[in-house]
Amino acid sequence: MNVLLLICLLLAAGLVAWASERIRPNLPNWVALTTFVLATLWVVFAWLSGPHEGGLYAEQFYSWIPRFGINVILKVDGLSLMLIGLTMLLGAVAVVSSWTETTTRRGFFQFNILWVMAGVVGVFSAFDLFLFFFFWEVMLIPMYFLIAIWGHEDRSYASMKFFLFTQISGLLMLVAIVALVWIHYSTHGVLSFDYHTLLGAELDDSVARLLMLGFFVAFITKLPSVPLHTWLPDAHTQAPTAGSVILAGILLKTGAYGIVRFVVTLFPEASRDFWIYGMALGVASILYGGFMAYSQSDFKRLVAYSSIAHMGFVLVGVYSFNDLGMQGAIVTMIAHGFSTAALFMMAGALQERLHTREMSKMGGLWVKAPRMGAVTMFFVIASVGMPGLGNFIGEFLVLLGAFQKNVFLTICAAIGIVVAAVYGLSLMQRSFQGTPNPDVPEMRDFAFREMSAMIVLMVALVWLGVYPQHVLSMTDAILPMLGVAP
Amino acid sequence: MNLEGAFLAGLPYIALASGLLIVMIGVAIRRTHFVAWSLTVLTLVATLICHFPGYEALGEGTTLTMLFYVDGVSYVFNAMFVLAAIFTAVIAYQYVQERLGYPEEFYLLLLAATFGGMMLPAATHFASLILGLEIVSISLYAMIAYPQRARGPLEAGLKYMILSGVGSTTILFGMALIYAASGSMEFMDVSPVTGSMEGDTFYLIGHAFFWSGIAFKLSLVPFHIWTPDVYQGAPAIVTGFVATVSKGAVFVVVMRYVMQSDVFSSEAITYVVFLNAAASMIVGNLLALQQKNLKRLLAYSSIAHMGYLVIALFLVSTHPGIGFETAIVYLAGYFVMTLAAFGVISVLSVHSERELATIDDITGLLWRRPILSATLIAAALSLAGIPLTMGFIAKFYLFTAGIEGKMWTLVGLLVLGSAIGIYYYLRIVFAMTSQPEGELERAPNSSWTGIGAVATLGIATVVLGVYPTPLVDLVQTLLRASGF
Repeated sequence: MNVLLLICLLLAAGLVAWASERIRPNLPNWVALTTFVLATLWVVFAWLSGPHEGGLYAEQFYSWIPRFGINVILKVDGLSLMLIGLTMLLGAVAVVSSWTETTTRRGFFQFNILWVMAGVVGVFSAFDLFLFFFFWEVMLIPMYFLIAIWGHEDRSYASMKFFLFTQISGLLMLVAIVALVWIHYSTHGVLSFDYHTLLGAELDDSVARLLMLGFFVAFITKLPSVPLHTWLPDAHTQAPTAGSVILAGILLKTGAYGIVRFVVTLFPEASRDFWIYGMALGVASILYGGFMAYSQSDFKRLVAYSSIAHMGFVLVGVYSFNDLGMQGAIVTMIAHGFSTAALFMMAGALQERLHTREMSKMGGLWVKAPRMGAVTMFFVIASVGMPGLGNFIGEFLVLLGAFQKNVFLTICAAIGIVVAAVYGLSLMQRSFQGTPNPDVPEMRDFAFREMSAMIVLMVALVWLGVYPQHVLSMTDAILPMLGVAP
Repeated sequence: MNLEGAFLAGLPYIALASGLLIVMIGVAIRRTHFVAWSLTVLTLVATLICHFPGYEALGEGTTLTMLFYVDGVSYVFNAMFVLAAIFTAVIAYQYVQERLGYPEEFYLLLLAATFGGMMLPAATHFASLILGLEIVSISLYAMIAYPQRARGPLEAGLKYMILSGVGSTTILFGMALIYAASGSMEFMDVSPVTGSMEGDTFYLIGHAFFWSGIAFKLSLVPFHIWTPDVYQGAPAIVTGFVATVSKGAVFVVVMRYVMQSDVFSSEAITYVVFLNAAASMIVGNLLALQQKNLKRLLAYSSIAHMGYLVIALFLVSTHPGIGFETAIVYLAGYFVMTLAAFGVISVLSVHSERELATIDDITGLLWRRPILSATLIAAALSLAGIPLTMGFIAKFYLFTAGIEGKMWTLVGLLVLGSAIGIYYYLRIVFAMTSQPEGELERAPNSSWTGIGAVATLGIATVVLGVYPTPLVDLVQTLLRASGF
């Protein structure tokens, strides 16, 4: 598998999609969809044909800025491959979900979606810290455009907040990266941004702690975790459907990925000493996100807050520092990508039909749109953590792992699952069940296009829930690299 | 010194000076805008080409009288100034044609200013410093006030003339005092250490005056007050020229001065410059937040950028090689993005009564003028230091330079300033991308030369941001050849 080619394909498809708008207004959608489907197949093919020697599915190296020892180093291991697969699949889903939503400037819209995805693939495969930071920003700017141009009523505020939070925390990470490289340079005399070279940097405890915090802050902003989460409800709520799907499904995972890949491995001691804070922040996010979600009246905002809670589990899992916790975190990342993407699509579909996201203006929608009701039910239950579906496996493993580390925090996190059931079911009741709201206009139920996207996500969740071994065996191989023995 | 080598090394200067004379005589014989313009561009291109045979003869550096020392560094900056002048001329053509009464002398002034600018990177003596500085400044007074019937430019020109005059006299007085202390006007001989003048009152007061004047020209806080008014009043493309060539030239000569005189071995002077830089980063960024006019916003942001650049100046005294490399890369990036931004404003404003530079004027611009807007977006993101653009590479250089020099306070302020900066640059981007209400008005035609030049700058911003290696290699080769 050639990652650079994949990235270039996405970038080129973006340009083609933009230009194709002139031929037919609908053509950009087709270009984007075809690209994502092809890319997904490409990833599946790479997965089926198995890794090369050393457990890598792809490895590429090009010289970039030799002055600073910066190279294009792209590697795909099991973790990266799963996340890239998730990205491409959700890309296709995002395109399908916004098929009719955007009517203006579709070319530029799909251009931005494709370019965000190119950045994300880069983030998931970059093994040079400069390159990583570079892609980190590449995905930021098109996302900003998606919110700022096609967002809902309060898009100006939301897009600005999103950009500022991510960018400023990114600057902190850049300082940490450069400082790390410089320290390595002054001790070893080699100027390099290569991840594997920097693993060998010898750091004082206090310095390591500071640099670790630089990375950590950037990643928990993106994750997001309390107290740096405030951009998320605004950005997710204001973004167009495809934007929310990408944000929740994929961009949040880049934060989790960063913690797993860089914080834990580059600063092993400092991270281990930090476990109690990491875990506590995770638990705080779970409880805070849960309670806030329950008190929302806006469908989309509720789902947004629930994301904060779910990503809290990832944090708890990673900072358990054992194989169960880490695997749970990874499974949660993937399962949350599917379930939340579906719920945001539902929010988008409802907004398109009812022109509101307020649940007080819904109620009893099941009668009018039984297919939508059933689909929502499925994904709400998945996100609540029903056994047999992906989210359950992830959260269960996280709790198992965390239990070995700290019982009290584990109990608190488990309470979060109860809270999740409360807000999940209340979402279902307020929108689809109960007495039908007389003010609701006639609405169209899901048709083939939307159902097919939803079915793909359902199958994925069931597969993950019933037979998680595919994912677990892939993560097994990388656990030693992450510092926890299987 | 052999005569032939000196002649070749001085060839670019000779070419530009002769071109200047030819254009002057040409204008005197017959006024034709196009001919004057073509001759100007031709002169500039010839000057640029003359750097190649000159470089062959240069060796590590050639001394031309006691006033000038020409080396690879001077050549890099010469090339940057000439390129900036070429872009200025190309972008200005339609603007000058449509809006200015007698267009021909504009190019004369442009050539003169470029000539002055080219003297500064080679200056090693107070006399050549003031000579170059004044040639640039005097040409700029007239260029700023060139639309002589409009109120804004006249006001800006007058303001710049008076304040810049004061700045120059301050510099001169400072030089006199330094001369009184050291007995020499050559940069080499005014070092505080070798002359053991570290505590000398004349020496310190002289530098207080000298640096105040320089800080005025670089618009460092608290000598920045002229900047927003002049930026706003001057024709957009002239503002671009002021922001790039005039500031760049002054900065280079200060670098040369710092390197040769080792002035930063005096703690007092270092401290003052440090305060200037820190204040510029903070004040420039905070005041930029308030601005609704693009040109004023860019004025304040340029104050902040000059503050950032002082990091490179400090490094020149300890690690000259890295200091110069950082400054060259940073200024190259700054030139490209600043000229792109002002170029866009200039091309946009060609047909309108006033300059279209408020945030309202550019609202929804992306859907009316996609090429110009894309360029302005690239320039804004680049000024903000977002990756994928030249501005990021430039800032990255400063970052590493600051860490190398262990200037933690300045690096911290650089990060803080960049963070604030994102907000106001993003406002420009947001305004341009917001959906306009109702039908789109048809944009008036602009000449393709102007749009092409601006778009080239925009593309350069992105291409060099993604793949800066050719530029970095070139700079390193030249520096090595010049003995750094």
